[in-house]
Order: sequence, then C-alpha cells, then structure tokens
Amino acid sequence: MEIVLWVLLGIVVLLLLFYVFTYNGLVRLRNQVKNAWAQIDVQLKRRYDLIPNLMETVKGYMKHERETMEAVTNARNLAQKISDGGAAARSKAEGELSSALGRLLAVAENYPDLKANQNFLALQEELASTENKISFSRQFYNDSVLNYNNKIQMFPSNIVAGMSGFKAGEFFEVTAANEREAPKVSFS
Amino acid sequence: MWEQIRSNQIRSAILVIGMGVLLFLIGYFLGLYFFDSGIGGLVIAIILWAIMTLLAYFQGDSILLASAGAKKISHDDHPRLYNIVEEMRIASGLPKTPDIYIIDDPSLNAFATGRDPNKAAVAITSGLLQQLNRDELQGVMAHEISHIKNRDVLLMAMTSVLLGTIVMLSWYGSRIMIFGGGGSRRDSSSGGAAQGIIMLIALLLMILAPIFAQLIYFAISRKREYLADASAAMYTRYPEGLASALEKLGASSGQLKSANQATAPMYIVNPFRKKGRAATDFSSTHPPISERVRILRAMGGGASYIDYEKAYKEVHRGRGSVIPASAMSLTGSSSQTVLRPSASDDPGRLERTRETSDVMWKLSNYKTIDCPCGTKLRIPPHFSEKRIQCPHCGINHTI
Repeated sequence: MEIVLWVLLGIVVLLLLFYVFTYNGLVRLRNQVKNAWAQIDVQLKRRYDLIPNLMETVKGYMKHERETMEAVTNARNLAQKISDGGAAARSKAEGELSSALGRLLAVAENYPDLKANQNFLALQEELASTENKISFSRQFYNDSVLNYNNKIQMFPSNIVAGMSGFKAGEFFEVTAANEREAPKVSFS
Repeated sequence: MWEQIRSNQIRSAILVIGMGVLLFLIGYFLGLYFFDSGIGGLVIAIILWAIMTLLAYFQGDSILLASAGAKKISHDDHPRLYNIVEEMRIASGLPKTPDIYIIDDPSLNAFATGRDPNKAAVAITSGLLQQLNRDELQGVMAHEISHIKNRDVLLMAMTSVLLGTIVMLSWYGSRIMIFGGGGSRRDSSSGGAAQGIIMLIALLLMILAPIFAQLIYFAISRKREYLADASAAMYTRYPEGLASALEKLGASSGQLKSANQATAPMYIVNPFRKKGRAATDFSSTHPPISERVRILRAMGGGASYIDYEKAYKEVHRGRGSVIPASAMSLTGSSSQTVLRPSASDDPGRLERTRETSDVMWKLSNYKTIDCPCGTKLRIPPHFSEKRIQCPHCGINHTI
C-alpha cells in the first residue's frame, strides 16, 4: 500500500518537473521571438536615419534624377509614418523603400564624381550593410518563430503549450515581388 | 539554437569527463607509487588542475590577445569589418557585438575568444583582411561567431587545461620515477609483486595518458570546426563565401608568429599548417581545408544543418556525423542559399590593401596628410616639427 503511494507521488513530481521545464523553455523561446522582432525594428529605424544624409550628399551631383530621389524620400516618410501600424502594411512600405533605394544606388553608378566622393562611399557601405542587417534580423526572427512553433506543435510540449495558452508566432513575409523569387542555385 | 548548444554540451561533456578520468587515474597511481596513498595523489592532481583552471579562466583572453599583438578597432577604423561582424551577430542572435581586433601579421588567419558570449572578441590578421572580399569576410566572421555562440572557446580552454595537467603530471612523474628513485616502498620488503604491478600501471599510464588525452583533444577540436562551418553556412545562407575564403587560406602556408599549440584550436585554420597536407590526420586540431571546402561546396543550394550533414556524408562516403541529432530539426525557415554576384573576379584587391594599411598606420598612432599631388604623408607619433615638406612636390604642410 505504502509503495503504491510513493510511486504515485513520484509520478506526480516527475509530471510537475516536466511541466516546469517545458513551460520555462516555451517562455524562453517566446522571448527570443519578441527580441528578434525588436531587432528588425532597430535596423529599420537606422535606415530611416541614414536616408536624409544620403540625400544631402547626392543632391549636388544628381540634379537630373529628381524623380528617383523624391521616390526615396517619399517612401521613407511613408514607411516611418506607418511604423507603428500593422505588420502587413509595414512590410509593404519597407519593401517599396528598399526598391526605391536600390534604383537610386543603381542610377548613382552613372555619376563618376559621386562614386569618388568619400562621404558617398561611406554611406553606400552603411546602407548596404543596413540592408544586410535587416534581412539577417528577419532571417533570425523567422528561425526563432520556426523553433517556437515547432515546440508548440510537437508532442509532448504541445500539451503544456495548450494548457498555458501559448500561441504560434507569425512569420515575417517578404512582400516585394522581386525579393520573393530567390533563385535556387547549385554549386555541384 | 539553445537545444543544439545543450546537446553539444552533453556530448562534449562526455569527452571532457573521459579526459578527467584519465587525470584521476594518473594521480591515483602516482600517489600509490610515491607515497603509498592513492587518495593523496588524487588530491594533488585535483589541486594542480584547479590552479591551472583558475589561471586560464582569469587570464585566458588577455593572454591570447596580448600574445597575438592584437589592436582593438572601432566602427570608424574599419566600417566594413565592423558592419560584417555586426551582421553576423544579428544573424546568430548573440546578445552583444564582440570586440573586434586586428593583428598586424601578413599570414592569413582569424580567431575568436571569450568564455561567455557577453565578453567575447574576434580577431583577424591584416593579411587576411586585405585578401578577402565582402562575402568571404562574412563567411570567416560567421565561422568565428559560431565558435562564440556554440561556446567552443570555453570548452577548448577547459580541455586544453586538462590536457596540460595530464602532460605535466606524466612528465614530472616519469622523470622522478626514472632518475629520482623516490618510491616510498623502496626500503620496505613487503608486497614486492603488488608494488611491481602498481609501478607497471603507473608507467603505462604515464606513457599512454598524454597520447590519449591529446587524441581526445584533437577529436573535440575537429568536431567543433565542422560544426562552426555548418553554422556559418546557416547564418550567411551562403556557403560559397566561406568555401572561397578557406580556399584562399589553404593556398597560403605562412605560419602565424604569435600562435602556440594551446591556442591553435581557436583559429579558423591551423596556424601551424604545412602546405599540401591533405590526408585526414588524427594529430591535427583542424580538418584538412580541402575537405572543408568540398563539404561546403557539396551543399547544393541548401544552407541548413541537414544540408551540411548530407554533404558531409557524401564527402565521407556515408560514414560519420557532425551535427547532433537534436539540432537537425533546426532547419532554418528559408534554408536556401541566396544568389549573389560572382565573387571570382576581384576588382577591389588593391583598394583593400591600401585600406588595410591605412588602418594599421592609424592604429599605430600615425597621422596621415593627403598632399594635393596625390602623395600620402605618414607622420610618426613622436614627430615634433610643426611643418613638413612633401618629398614629391615640395609643398609645405602644417601638422
């Protein structure tokens, strides 16, 4: 009789331990997802800050590219304005800013004087790197969401997740059409 | 990420415990032989090991960086390098950007140090910095950041201390046994046969333990290199960057002056490598470069751990495994490689050489004056004159 009691007690303790560890693991993953989302924000804000400097530098050289320059400024202002809004509208605006910037930097190739400007070269490196950082933080965010969702949906942690109300995270989708078609390459 | 680190820790812990057992065995039998007390020997071995661990723990980073003659840089010294490290920090999800150092050495190498991710540093030689284009540099830095992220630095420091203690004990033990003749039972007549057996075991241990410990150490180190390569491919989503960087590293054979055997596993390629050695070698801290390149190139458009594991098996004809099973579920959400412009033609080579030498001059406190005639005047830190004349065109510059 006593033995049965002890066994039952042991099982209850084990179940409790499993619950505690799984719960903590889920919280850790959820925080990682939140933190990763904040990282994307940091890089997007950095890009807003860089663009006025770029415009100031480019202005004197690219007098005939008024439209391209205005497109960048407008896209930046729009993206900044809705930066508190929903994820879908936001990623659309950021995608447009990316392509406007890409056009501007492509046009800049036609101006040898501009390409020799130290200030412009430094800004170009900063912008290129910020674009990279945006996509790497997006990549890390999506990886974190994948881990978190796996944990929520897989047995046995899905039981804990269901009991404690953990909800699956959303992936950060790319909206700009040209970005979505990442071509598959092979080195073999 | 966390699960992968944990399962690495478990597997590595088993190997480290194996080395620990070797150390205890040596201590026990040496104690039995010299002072007739196995426990006494054990205690001495543990104390020795603890002292060496403390020394390594509190001085490891500064010794490594100081002995390498590394100089710390900020964002403005070399924006591209700084940005690349930050990009990889973001891709790996490290909490803080590691400090970045440049080592003024023409040989090609890079390493990571720092026992916890919040106090980590990466270093690169000026030679490598001027050889690599942006994608290759990104691959190398991703590899180094992986070492920090996977806690390899701490692991390798701990194992190298264990190895050092084992080697030290065996060395002194065998010298005393052979030349000192200090066995406590030498005068007593009892237990001749038992004494002989203990002596035999002690001798055998002293010969074999350092060899085994060394082999374990190298095995751990090589595994960590493969894993760091796999992580680098996953972070950059571009295995070709690291592959092409490794190729450049493999083509050179310059040995790094400041490296030594204990710090060797921290570097991206073995700092003592000799040209043309391709065979898998059990006595090396690093897998052969050609093999690492082959695996990275065999990943066929994927960039996840699964792709790396598959490529590893392909290159090794189905034998072995590098990625712990629990990490295999971490596929990466979009684990395809990204297409980038070809890096094979390299127009920026000359500019990178100039840029790197500018950084090195600046880090040595030289001032630079650009003369209108196109000459660069380097002013040494102790130059006391107020004016200097350009040797080319004769214009006077004020400093």
